Amino acid sequence: MTHTPNHHPDSDLLLSYATGTLAQAPSLVVATHLALCPHCRAEVAGMEAIGGALLSADAGMAVSDGLLSNVLTRLDGPPPVQPPRRRLAPVGPAPVLPEPLRSYIGGDIDHIRWRRTIPGLHEADVKCSGGAVRMMRIRSGMGMPQHTHRGDEFTLVLAGGFSDDTGHYLRGDFAATDPSVDHRPIADDDGDCICIAFTDAPLRLTGRFLRWLNPLMRT
Amino acid sequence: MTAQRTDQAEIERLNDLMSRVARQRDRQAFVALFHHFAPRLKSFLLRAGMEAGAAEETIQDVMVTVWHRAESFDPAQAAVSTWVFAIARNRRIDRLRRDARPAIDPNDPALVPDEADGSMETMLVEERAAELHRAIRSLPPEQADLLRMAYFEDKAHSAIAAERQLPLGTVKSRLRLAVARLRKLMAGNLEGETV
Repeated sequence: MTHTPNHHPDSDLLLSYATGTLAQAPSLVVATHLALCPHCRAEVAGMEAIGGALLSADAGMAVSDGLLSNVLTRLDGPPPVQPPRRRLAPVGPAPVLPEPLRSYIGGDIDHIRWRRTIPGLHEADVKCSGGAVRMMRIRSGMGMPQHTHRGDEFTLVLAGGFSDDTGHYLRGDFAATDPSVDHRPIADDDGDCICIAFTDAPLRLTGRFLRWLNPLMRT
Repeated sequence: MTAQRTDQAEIERLNDLMSRVARQRDRQAFVALFHHFAPRLKSFLLRAGMEAGAAEETIQDVMVTVWHRAESFDPAQAAVSTWVFAIARNRRIDRLRRDARPAIDPNDPALVPDEADGSMETMLVEERAAELHRAIRSLPPEQADLLRMAYFEDKAHSAIAAERQLPLGTVKSRLRLAVARLRKLMAGNLEGETV
C-alpha cells in the first residue's frame, strides 16, 4: 500500500507549484502526487524555504501609517475569511483518493460518477479552473488508443498501473507527456487502472483506425 | 561569516518572537513581527502585480492569520519567514481565484508518511536557513534575477522568458540550476553538521 513513487514531476513544475504560479487544474494533480510522495514533499518544502529566504532578504517598502493599528484591532476578532470548504462524504480508514483530490470529488472513489467514453475506458470530469482534469478508469489489460497531445498532459496513477514506452507506472507515479510524445499506454492485467489526468489541449488519436474517433474525444 | 552569523541571529530572533506570540499571546512580540514582515510583504505583493490598496488588505489578512495560527507554527519544520511566505502566497491565490489552492492535508489517512522522522532539530532548521541566505547571495546574478522573478512576480516561466528575451529552455534550466544549487548547499550544510 505504501509504494513510494518512482516517477516524479520535474523540478520546473514543482517550482511553479511552490511559488503559486501554477493554475488550479495542474496544481490539483501535483498536490495529489505530493500526498503520495515524501520525496517531492521535501523538494517543495525546500523551495518554500527559498521563498522565505528571498522574502527575508528583501529591503521592503513603507506601509501606511494606520496599517499596524488596523491589524491590532482585528486580532480579537475572527480570523480572515477562508474560501468555502468543499463538502466531503465521510471516508473509511484507508481511502484510495488522497487529499486534495478527495475534496474535489466529494468523497472517495465510490463517489465518482463514471461515464463510458470508448470500450474499456470510463471517465469523469473534475471541476477545476485553468485546464481540464478528469478521472480515468482503464479496464485491466486494456490498451488505450495511440495518441499525442497538442499541449501538456499530466497523469497520476491512483490504483492499478499502466506501462508505455517510457516505463511502468504505479500508485503515486506521475507521467508528463508533451506534443513530442506519441504513446500507447496499456493497463496492467491485475486490475483496473485508475488515474487522474490534466490536459491543457485536446488529445489526438494517431492510430490508423482510430483517427475517426477524434471528433468524439473531449478535452 | 559575519553576515551569516547576523542571518542566524535574525532567524533566531524571529523564532523567539513567534514562540512568544504562540505561547503567551504577546502583543509586543507580534508588533515586532509586523515591523519585520509588513514592509517585505508589501514589496512581495506589489511585485506580484497587486495594487497598493489590495496589497495592504492582504498584509492585514496575512498578519491576522499569523496571530490566529501562531500555535500551528512548528520551528522544527521551517523558518518563520518560510511559514509567512506560504501564508502570503496562499492568501494571494485565494483572492485571485476565490478558491483555495490545492494542497495536501497532513492528517489525511491516505498520505504516504515521510520515511524517516522528517522533523529536524530546531537548531538545524535555523542553521540551514542561515546557510540558505548566504547561498542566495552567492548565486550567479543571472540565476538570482530569474529566481526572484519566479518567486515574486507571479509570472509563468514562459512569461519570464518573453520578458527577459531568453529561450524558455534557458529560463527553465537556469531556474533548475539555481534551485538545485541552493538545495544542495542546504543539504551539504546539514550533512556537515550531523556527521
